[in-house]
Amino acid sequence: MALDSKVPGGPIKDKWTNYKDKINLVNPANKRHIDVIVVGTGLAGGSASATLAELGYNVKAFAYQDSPRRAHSIAAQGGINAAKNYQGDGDSTYRLFYDTVKGGDYRSREANVYRLAEVSANIIDQCVAQGVPFARDYGGLLDNRSFGGVLVSRTFYAKGQTGQQLLLGAYSAMNRQIARGKIEMFNRHEMLDVVVVDGKARGIIARNLVTGEIERHSAHAVVIASGGYGNVYFLSTNAMGSNATAAWKIHKKGAYFANPCYTQIHPTCIPRSGDYQSKLTLMSESLRNDGRIWVPKNMEDVIAIREGRKKPTDLSEDERDYYLERRYPAFGNLVPRDVASRAAKERCDAGYGVNATGEAVYLDFASAIERYGKEQAKIHNIQNPSKEKIIELGEKIVEAKYGNLFQMYEKIVDENPYKTPMMIYPATHYTMGGVWVDYNLMTTIPGCYCIGEANFSDHGANRLGASALMQGLADGYFVLPYTIGDYLSNDIRTGKIPTDSPEFEEAEKAVQDRIDFFINNKGSKSVDYFHKKLGKVMWDKVGMARNEKGLKEAMSEIKQIREEFWKEVKVPGIANEMNPELEKAGRVADFLELGELFAKDALMREESCGGHFREESVEESGEQKGEAKRNDKDFAFVAAWEYKGEPADAVLHKEELEFKDIELKQRSYK
Amino acid sequence: MNLTLKIWRQKDASSKGQMVDYKVTDISEHMSFLEMMDVLNEQLINAGEEPVAFDHDCREGICGMCSMYINGEAHGPDRGVTTCQLHMRMFKDGDTITIEPFRAAAFPVIKDLVVDRTAFERIQQAGGYISVNTSGNTQDANAIPISKHAADEAMDAATCIGCGACVATCKNSSAMLFVGAKVSQYALLPQGQVEAADRVRNMVEQMDLEGFGNCTNTGACEVECPKGISLENIARMNRELMKASI
Amino acid sequence: MPINLSITTFVHLKINLKIMGGFFKSSIGRKVAMALSAFFLMIFLLQHFIINLLSVFSAELFNGVSHFMGTNWLIQFVMQPVLIFAVVYHFIMGFVLELQNKKARGVAYAKNNGAANSTWMSRNMIYSGLVILAFLALHFADFWVHEINVKYINVQPEDPARYYHELVEKFVPIWRVAAYAVAFVLLGLHLAHGFTSAFQSVGATAGRKKALQQIGRAYSIIIPLGFIIIALYHHLNHH
Repeated sequence: MALDSKVPGGPIKDKWTNYKDKINLVNPANKRHIDVIVVGTGLAGGSASATLAELGYNVKAFAYQDSPRRAHSIAAQGGINAAKNYQGDGDSTYRLFYDTVKGGDYRSREANVYRLAEVSANIIDQCVAQGVPFARDYGGLLDNRSFGGVLVSRTFYAKGQTGQQLLLGAYSAMNRQIARGKIEMFNRHEMLDVVVVDGKARGIIARNLVTGEIERHSAHAVVIASGGYGNVYFLSTNAMGSNATAAWKIHKKGAYFANPCYTQIHPTCIPRSGDYQSKLTLMSESLRNDGRIWVPKNMEDVIAIREGRKKPTDLSEDERDYYLERRYPAFGNLVPRDVASRAAKERCDAGYGVNATGEAVYLDFASAIERYGKEQAKIHNIQNPSKEKIIELGEKIVEAKYGNLFQMYEKIVDENPYKTPMMIYPATHYTMGGVWVDYNLMTTIPGCYCIGEANFSDHGANRLGASALMQGLADGYFVLPYTIGDYLSNDIRTGKIPTDSPEFEEAEKAVQDRIDFFINNKGSKSVDYFHKKLGKVMWDKVGMARNEKGLKEAMSEIKQIREEFWKEVKVPGIANEMNPELEKAGRVADFLELGELFAKDALMREESCGGHFREESVEESGEQKGEAKRNDKDFAFVAAWEYKGEPADAVLHKEELEFKDIELKQRSYK
Repeated sequence: MNLTLKIWRQKDASSKGQMVDYKVTDISEHMSFLEMMDVLNEQLINAGEEPVAFDHDCREGICGMCSMYINGEAHGPDRGVTTCQLHMRMFKDGDTITIEPFRAAAFPVIKDLVVDRTAFERIQQAGGYISVNTSGNTQDANAIPISKHAADEAMDAATCIGCGACVATCKNSSAMLFVGAKVSQYALLPQGQVEAADRVRNMVEQMDLEGFGNCTNTGACEVECPKGISLENIARMNRELMKASI
Repeated sequence: MPINLSITTFVHLKINLKIMGGFFKSSIGRKVAMALSAFFLMIFLLQHFIINLLSVFSAELFNGVSHFMGTNWLIQFVMQPVLIFAVVYHFIMGFVLELQNKKARGVAYAKNNGAANSTWMSRNMIYSGLVILAFLALHFADFWVHEINVKYINVQPEDPARYYHELVEKFVPIWRVAAYAVAFVLLGLHLAHGFTSAFQSVGATAGRKKALQQIGRAYSIIIPLGFIIIALYHHLNHH
């Protein structure tokens, strides 16, 4: 099947408007005869559920958590981008579009990104109307901060809990519709398969996680908003339950999976402390606004610090290597995430890591504290302030800006980041790859849509900070509710979809068989054993830097782990009860397939772009020596994989990317 | 360190539960409490026993899923943290740790340490929102300036993660801190004014229907709240309800 | 503006009354009512204390004020019933809420560390309240029953000088002074939480929490201690 992205014609500025003007609509009286299933209730799923219900569709929403409010969007800290230009610093829809395409290393679809930039301003209006308490300045107007990879201040935020506040906004909109009976909410339910009838997505099979009951749910369309697959690495900043099962199930039923190798490794996370580690904690990128990243210049100091003979504060300015400022003078500590992560890895691989595991660099606020302190002293008219006074004043400002992050760090690491630099290291954070969708956000299964992090569309090979929240809400509030109407307009006479068809029967049986297998398989190893093993292969060989040899090894090792898993996995308990190990087993089984496709995709893409770095593809000379080298001639396409039984047998379909409104250039942050 | 754990085990909602003793060894002080529970569960699985079911998800203190009553306190002895952010350095070698589910008649136990908090959902559905449709044509976000003070206070109320520690801690199992925080967030913002009276009445009515207890202002909720939600939010809710009733 | 007593006004009034009625059935309404009765009782306590204090300085003044209080129409037939209502409401609602609150827990904790997050006083209002109730029984038997008897049942002629003597006489037996002291210590503990709690219940703590806490602390120490000192004074000086 040839991939048709269905991007409307016309100039990029008018595409979305023209499209909206011409699509088919469903009249309000007919909407109430149409059911839509939404899987996942994060920013994308939550906002989509609420909006579809407001429009009049009957929505069935599913979340594996005990409340829609707990979806992992809640953990996003830093902010949300919007081209409002409230700061008057030259921002515009085009500039946000440009920054996103450039930040994504020219691997995203122009029309989608432009639309995203276009609706970004509406998101802020909508959220404020809902009562989202964004940060404001003393004049009462909305405040902005700046984020990595851009030269304007366009990020709106609510302390360090922007994702939480936006999700609670979407959740409140959902609650209003649940109360009206327009959303039926299924908490503690997990989708385990999609049901395709006559080539169209017509329902799902879900497991009630409290009773273990397998349920059939039908609808005229199915929307997958189940988030990313970062937990394929076992350790990531994702929630423990974040999983790829919904996305992987639709992939196995015909939805192409695009660019799995585009994974974002976030530069500022709290380093791993031991083998028992269950997850990694992100420290918002906003910290890089004021924090300076460094490692010692001299190896003797590194050793002294690791052995506890020296403290980081003992090192003078010339003994420190502020490597981002050194390598990228224009952007300094605010280079995009992929660049910052690789630079940290480069230093740590060279032996300059500052903790016991050798995998940590410093994020230092001393100069920010001093700068703010001096500023405050001036504001308060304090003549010749003492050093202590300056630090005291400066710490107050830093506390107001990042207090909750500093507190979180101190609780986890037991060190005071006001007094000693934080230690950070990159960790898997976000997956730009995902289910392939067209301009309508529909997958290659008719009637099956995919939104938010679960799809591949807007971030190309690397996502800029504060853009995930923007995309999730754009998809859910402003894009999908239009595009899905065009499809559903053909379903106004279909009537309720029956759940007693052979297709439902078959799908339910397959789900039941797999559960029975897990329960009855008297293996010897826990699910986590396999998940950790997979994670190690992924991190070592398909992590921040990849090469042909490693990727080939990874593919065969993952296959081996998968085979062992199906022989040796041990799931205690029974099927008809709350059984967290059984839930995990299903998710890990899917990760074990996805991981291999991930490596295969990385192996195919013989270029370095964004979050995907191939050691074979670096600039060999000139000013950019050592930097990632993209290959636009051969790889300016979306790799969409079709499932063929085994991940290794997946078939590649290419969606060529055309850049009409932006000139392809090497990203330079020097 | 080596520890003795006394954990509430209960097969399902209809079964009777009891406290069961377990031993764990070689626990690192850098582990989080839930990582210690992971160690216990791995040990139980390998011994052919059923692992302890507990709610958890983000493990960074924001989703509000984790909910353990540890040594007689919601989220354990540390302050300003959820169970997932509690670290084992708060305990000593040889300690006995009692772990129970959050208790309230309105939070029935589902299994072991997992409780059903959908009562909170129903309270939110009763009015925890501003009625505004998604349109893309709402007025510009900067059309109504909101004083920084009010916005910050609304934000402080809105940081509630809905974990239920306030209910678990309160000797009366009262949900007033949770409801007060939500009522406050909207009461402090101009957008919330139109529906303010109905909102507070409906949310309080639902709260009472769910069988939560009455507030006696002990202030325990504020102390144990992982997000430090202030008691002032309860006072504000009381005012709002009085205002709505006159 | 002319008053328009149309049907709609009436309907509005009815709706308002319905809402008001609903208010006092709600958990918050009840705690507001608890607070309002508490305010009344605290004011009552303050005036009671001031009058008692007079007995230390001047028997004559004390008799004069007591005579006024005992015979004034407003005090006797308006304030006294309100006081009785407030006392009865405060106690009955206190018990009703306590029972409801016990039920709201369901299964009790095996281990509960209340001391980690709240004061003993705040967690034991029901017990301090019970001791105060027991004391009130004694107090009623001692004074109030006697008063009602004298004034309304036997209808004895009023002797404006009887009050001081009746007061001092009660403080002769040491056991009564001891019971008095114990009850007032418990009252102090009840007030130590109750004072600010009442303000919090009516939503009046914003911005003055610290000040209220300090006033509450002073009130809950000075008033009960004062009562005890007055009792001791009369006990020691009755000869």
